[in-house]
Amino acid sequence: MLRLTSRGRSSDRPIRWTNAARAACVAVVLLCGATAPGRLAAQGQAPQPQDEFVPVGNNPAPEQIPAAPLLIGAYIVVLGGLFFYVLSLSRRLGAVDEDVQRLEGELKRRGRG
Amino acid sequence: MTTGAVPRLPSTPFARTVWMVLRKDLTVEMRSGEIAYTTLFFAVSCVLIFAFALVKEGRAPDGGAAGILWIAILFASTLALGRTFERERQAETLRALLLAPVPRPAIYVGKLLGIIALLAAAEVVLLPLVDFLFTARLFAHPAWLIGIVVTCTIGLAAVGTLFAAMLVRTRSRDMLLPVLLYPVVVPVIIAGVQGTSALLQPAFDVAVVRFWLLLLVTFDVVFVVLALWTFEAVMSD
Amino acid sequence: MPKWFNPAAILCGLMFVVSPVLIARAPDESAMGMVYKIYYYHMPSAWMFLLAPLVCGFSSALFLMRGRAEDDRRAWAAAELTVLFGALTLLTGPLWARRAWGTWWVWDARLTSSLVGWMIGWAYLILRRYGGPGSDKLAAGVALFGAVNVPFIYISVNYWRTIHPPTTVVPRLPVSMGLPLWFCVFAFLLLFVLLMTMRLRLEHARTRLDALYVALDE
Repeated sequence: MLRLTSRGRSSDRPIRWTNAARAACVAVVLLCGATAPGRLAAQGQAPQPQDEFVPVGNNPAPEQIPAAPLLIGAYIVVLGGLFFYVLSLSRRLGAVDEDVQRLEGELKRRGRG
Repeated sequence: MTTGAVPRLPSTPFARTVWMVLRKDLTVEMRSGEIAYTTLFFAVSCVLIFAFALVKEGRAPDGGAAGILWIAILFASTLALGRTFERERQAETLRALLLAPVPRPAIYVGKLLGIIALLAAAEVVLLPLVDFLFTARLFAHPAWLIGIVVTCTIGLAAVGTLFAAMLVRTRSRDMLLPVLLYPVVVPVIIAGVQGTSALLQPAFDVAVVRFWLLLLVTFDVVFVVLALWTFEAVMSD
Repeated sequence: MPKWFNPAAILCGLMFVVSPVLIARAPDESAMGMVYKIYYYHMPSAWMFLLAPLVCGFSSALFLMRGRAEDDRRAWAAAELTVLFGALTLLTGPLWARRAWGTWWVWDARLTSSLVGWMIGWAYLILRRYGGPGSDKLAAGVALFGAVNVPFIYISVNYWRTIHPPTTVVPRLPVSMGLPLWFCVFAFLLLFVLLMTMRLRLEHARTRLDALYVALDE
């Protein structure tokens, strides 16, 4: 079977770790370097972000109501999404396991026959 | 004493390989002109369509020139990349290149420079066109403009050349190239658009342009380094 | 499945059942009120959304270097979790933003780079699904670019003009808010491990199925 080679190197030989490590180090250093020019970015017209969360003591009940649908919606999204993903995984796993068992049975029968 | 099953062949220096690959591509292109003309025409058509779609009461939208320029370059580069490697695939020359006793990264760099040359040729036409159609005053700061355009083009081409080469033997490659390429180059495009927009501002701020240019340089270095390593790893059977 | 799977799954389930109780007991925030409590699920989802492409990228690098199928399976599983947790993050964030910022979405560095990272996850899955033979290596190449995007997503909020809260929020949380947060983070982390295990089990089963088809053909 024709194998693609370069400089007489077998394609089975793994790519050298040193090259990979070098590339990774350069990439990390440069990505860190990218944060430096970020500091030059002008203070924008966007509102200042909150850099810490401050708890309140007593919460007047009427202020909570408008937020409730968004809050509940968010939790439904997360739990619902996770539930449907687990369901999908289980179904796929079940279908493949079923096929595996069927084929194993078929192989056994052919082995006997 | 045996040295293994595969005979050691004299290896070609990196720069010479790059030059041979680049010269081959440029020669083929200059003789046929197929990709250059079609890419250029497509890019110009893109810009004109945006002009037709966005012009209201005879005036172009404010601040739209930079985005339109880079969208047109992005779309045109996708076509050029697909077609360049399709030509390699049909002639089976990519297989021959990979079989040759040359460093694989040199093949990538040669192809990359070819793509950059193609895009540069298109940009030479597109920049004045966008300047004219959208009264964008793109050439007010030519040195910065060239810096932004060159670095953004390198970033696009670096990832595009890698992905196009990777996909050459894949089915649905025409569809898959934009699917893979566009999300990865979005940061480069954003930086290019923002940098070009900053050049067009009435109150020209060097610090802002320098920031986007530095960011583009960083993207270029990261992407080219990553692509060099990945090309070698992926293009072996 | 490994022996620890079922007990871990039960523990994870219990943690998710208990978490709303802890979250409800946490105080409201002075500027955002109650709606900030979306944070207790949004942030752990976001951290898993950042973890998954790193696992995918690392496994892809190993696959390209060593050529072992196990690394490829892990990368594929992690790519699916990138898309899952990315969807959860990108859906819960706007629900919170609508109340906190008055808008569903802004094109700032954090949100844009997160959306890009999510799309790279999709690109990986599309390539695996439709790329045909050899798409494992190609997808590994794409995954490396996705992994490189992750540090950019994380630091973007500290260095660009953005109204998204920066990374200083978590270290400065008071205990009343920090406790439910870390509880949820561990719940999500345990869930991440469980989902990876299930997904890997699926890939093992598929490999076994392919081998059986080949054996039957012989």
